[in-house]
Amino acid sequence: MAIKTIDEINEKIREGKAVVVTAEEMIDIVKENGAKKAAQTVDVVTTGTFSPMCSSGMFINFGHSTPPIRMTKVWLNDVMAYAGIAAVDAYIGATQISESQGMAYGGAHVIEDFIAGKDIRLYAESPGTDCYPRKSITTTINKYNVNQAYMFNPRNCYQNYPAATNSSERTIYTYMGTLLPQFGNVTYCTSGQLSPLLNDPEYRTIGIGTRVFIGGAQGYVAFEGTQHDPGQERMPNGTPVSLAGTLALIGDAKKMTTKYIRAGVFEKYGVTLFVGVGVPIPVLDEDMAVKTSVSDKDIYTVIVDKSGKTNFSQRVSYQELRSGFVEINGRTVPTAPLSSMKIAREIASELKTLIEKGEFFLTEPVELLPKHDKRLNKLDIRGD
Amino acid sequence: MKTIKVSLTFPPAKVTFPLMTMLVRQFELEVNILHADIKLNRTGKLIVDMTGKKENIDNALAFIEEHGILYHIFNGMLTWQEDKCVHCGACTSVCPSRALTIKAPDYILNFDKEKCLVCGLCIKACPLGIMRLAQPDSDE
Repeated sequence: MAIKTIDEINEKIREGKAVVVTAEEMIDIVKENGAKKAAQTVDVVTTGTFSPMCSSGMFINFGHSTPPIRMTKVWLNDVMAYAGIAAVDAYIGATQISESQGMAYGGAHVIEDFIAGKDIRLYAESPGTDCYPRKSITTTINKYNVNQAYMFNPRNCYQNYPAATNSSERTIYTYMGTLLPQFGNVTYCTSGQLSPLLNDPEYRTIGIGTRVFIGGAQGYVAFEGTQHDPGQERMPNGTPVSLAGTLALIGDAKKMTTKYIRAGVFEKYGVTLFVGVGVPIPVLDEDMAVKTSVSDKDIYTVIVDKSGKTNFSQRVSYQELRSGFVEINGRTVPTAPLSSMKIAREIASELKTLIEKGEFFLTEPVELLPKHDKRLNKLDIRGD
Repeated sequence: MKTIKVSLTFPPAKVTFPLMTMLVRQFELEVNILHADIKLNRTGKLIVDMTGKKENIDNALAFIEEHGILYHIFNGMLTWQEDKCVHCGACTSVCPSRALTIKAPDYILNFDKEKCLVCGLCIKACPLGIMRLAQPDSDE
């Protein structure tokens, strides 16, 4: 039963009358007043996450030189960018590593330096054509002298993620951080009760076209993210118990800030990009009030063995993970986050302020994300 | 009185040598074991704080060396660029003494200098590469 529409909420935002709270504030509001009353009083719940999201990158159009070049190979600060598209377009992926510095610097660092306004060294090669005679170019670019620079991240905001541990006898180095031997630690990566897709677990309001806060700018959900897997097993509250929905996001990198976009290196694994995202969720009815009041004690994930030596699997709530310890095989094992709760809160709170000030409006999704029973394909090995 | 933080490496044959007792009895040191990894017939490792008179500590170190046990004095101090820290928690996952923690309610990186073993694992684990072992100004 709809209580209000997104148009009505936007009208309230325009008048400066919208009631906006963060997903963490919503927990207590629903606990104290009930979902029905909360749905009547609260218009928007803001979410936030600041996590390593490897599947991120940035398209840049450099502008044309005289004489012009059709760039076929492009390096930015010695990090290769993909240039198999039109003449002066390229895509710099977050995880690409430097040809001279290796893992110490990568695509994510190029993106961070670009957003910081620093000069980036551009070197490009071309075979030369009649219409694009130049064969190489060396110059510097920055966010003030390129045409477009927009982040396009094929997979951000994983709805949930397995926590990681290591049963083997040696330390292993993974995208879930350094995992100590013999179940020496557990790492996990989510903002849990503040996370966008855990507050709209069945994708009722977040869909294609949804305006989001990304890296400090206003961007959009472009499509379902890669590996979007809504068919995952779910708890009665709708939240999935492991990997599930994902979002493909787009946003203007020139308007972003390094406060919310940071390069990172995981030891002996590689380069990644910490991406800050906040999604506003309209409280359309009682059901959305219930959904946005979800808390860490009711969100579960699974701890898995990243050494690949065992099929170890243990279900655990984020409340337990956040306590700093979990019990594995009767032993107390320390846990550690990889996703910043502090910055996730700053994002949810900044988004709340933007909406209250009438600077950020909600959108009706152009199309909803796939919701059911779509499971992932595996890659069969058919070659030699 | 002074306190030093030392790592001790016991060759397999020396693992049964009652060094701690001797440090206490002969050299009147206060010994606090921060980390221990000792197994029979394997190289053993201890990280300890030793507190006592400077002269006694010097004599104790000479005694340790005489008995074929290797020592290394930690004199660095962990520091990081707090303005650049994103409080992700990656460093806390490898910290053996829980000197680095991130806890409710504020989830800000917290450092307990007293618990730090100066092992340096966090320096490599920090995705932003902003942690360092600072060498204090030499005072001796």
